Amino acid sequence: MTALTIPAGMPQYDDKPRFDVERVRADFPILGREVNGHPLVYLDSGNTSQKPRQVIDAVARYYAEHNANVARSVHTLGTESTEAYEGARAKVAAFIGAPSVDEVVFTKNATESLNLVAHAFGPHARDPRFRLGPGDEIVISEMEHHSNIVPWQLLCERTGATLRWFGLTESGRLDESNLDELVNERTKIVSIVHMSNVLGTVNATARITARVREVGALLMLDCSQSVPHLPMDVVDYDVDFIAFTGHKMLAPTGIGVLWGRGELLNVMPPFLGGGSMIETVKMTGSTFAPAPARFEAGTPPIAQAVGLGAAIDYLNAVGMDAVAWHDKELTAYALDALDTVPGLRIYGPRVPVGRGATISFTLDKIHPHDVGQVLDSLGVQVRVGHHCAKPICDRFSVPALTRASFYLYTTTEEVDALVRGLDQVRKVFA
Amino acid sequence: MQLDQLYQEIILDHYKRPQGRGLREPFAAGVHHVNPTCGDEITLRVALDGETISDISYDGQGCSISQASASVLYELLNGRKVDDAFAVHAAFVELMGGKGQIEPDEEVLGDAVAFAGVAKYPARVKCALLSWMALKDAVAQAVALEKEEV
Ligand SMILES: Cc1ncc(COP(=O)(O)O)c(C=O)c1O
Repeated sequence: MTALTIPAGMPQYDDKPRFDVERVRADFPILGREVNGHPLVYLDSGNTSQKPRQVIDAVARYYAEHNANVARSVHTLGTESTEAYEGARAKVAAFIGAPSVDEVVFTKNATESLNLVAHAFGPHARDPRFRLGPGDEIVISEMEHHSNIVPWQLLCERTGATLRWFGLTESGRLDESNLDELVNERTKIVSIVHMSNVLGTVNATARITARVREVGALLMLDCSQSVPHLPMDVVDYDVDFIAFTGHKMLAPTGIGVLWGRGELLNVMPPFLGGGSMIETVKMTGSTFAPAPARFEAGTPPIAQAVGLGAAIDYLNAVGMDAVAWHDKELTAYALDALDTVPGLRIYGPRVPVGRGATISFTLDKIHPHDVGQVLDSLGVQVRVGHHCAKPICDRFSVPALTRASFYLYTTTEEVDALVRGLDQVRKVFA
Repeated sequence: MQLDQLYQEIILDHYKRPQGRGLREPFAAGVHHVNPTCGDEITLRVALDGETISDISYDGQGCSISQASASVLYELLNGRKVDDAFAVHAAFVELMGGKGQIEPDEEVLGDAVAFAGVAKYPARVKCALLSWMALKDAVAQAVALEKEEV
């Protein structure tokens, strides 16, 4: 990173919140292992994060000491279990600045959260904001994960509504030049990714939010990549829904979150039907519990929710401002380091501003599968392929990309190992 | 890891200098196969002359394993009788499904023995099989068409 002198009296780099990466690493048992005879270099956190001992232990302790089903027992274990599950909900609510814990719906992952919201729209929706038919429009973008594309495509097929897309600029940012035309009186919902899992772009949402409010549409952010890495306040962002997924933020798989404004959640139809989501069930029909229970049919992922609570405790202890700053410094370092590799081309912003710690690239004409395979032989774990975001590959005319993604336990030495590995790749395929 | 087991000279050689590549006319049947997890793609055509596969032409994009495998397939099966080709095909599929435990027969498989190492990498087996599955599909279609015509 170019060293700049910041005038006295302004916030200095040293004022930034920091943490000791080595101490953090010591909390992650898996980081001590070897892969193919080399120390593990895990650069696939955008795919799923590793788990600290605190989270692993919290899950084990829950099973060893408190396990019972939630919300349906009078006995002590049932009460403890319910408290643990609801306690996790409260932690999530505080973590994202939700005005009420009842606005936090536990799902199994971000994909379910996105589908749940898409499912609320239809020709017969009771609330006009969710009524959707031919002539209505839904807006997403070309940098979406398939999870934020396919549910809307299916919805449009069911209802005859039209799906529209924000384009991307050459540098991998949202093209907002046609915002006023794209988001208009026919728009019912805009659902876009907060941070791209491929390009790393962090979308500035203020202009879009303002336009969405102007036309009376709803706004959803796919925060799968942002909530793990950046401080989030849903009131500040003035959004209607956000989706994210526990496993990318130090928590177990099998737990995701939908946050929505309470007023909206309570006019939405249930997603799955079953136990725990009803008010009363009669043979003539049923009425449904208010959110969040309305959307949590069946036995929920209790231990996973407890793990998510522990993950949030861990992130809070490190501090999300510090995590975000660590990401930024590491990204700046990595962008510079990758720039030295001949034949390497980065897709996405090439400056560490308005982007997160995820970098996708191609290396000459070498197929990313081959890049990933050689890197794996050196212990370096990266993701290769289309990253469940095929429209991005199409936009930039590449069949596949190699992606390195970092987290709070990633070090500059690991970035160096990646760069050395890429040299090796070039040797094999020279 | 024994990277050279995966990327044998033969494989890299076929990757860098593919045999028989390019789409040609005439052809009896053409297919397009993709590997959805990684986006490897192949378009493959076959021409028949009676019982014989008189041409296999192909074009595609993908990793070194998938591209080299198509080149080896061309060398091995082009000009062969359909039955012979299917026998080799079966041996290759068996090798790829063998998790690295099967000793390949060089008499039958020729350069394709180089793919024995690939069988140890479950994530890459699909890459190696892409063109082979496309060939089987195309030949089956061509044979069916020929029967219709008779
Ligand atoms: C931006 C984005 N959205 C959605 C998802 C889907 O997350 P999950 O598979 O946990 O539902 C991912 C994960 O890959 C993602 O990166």
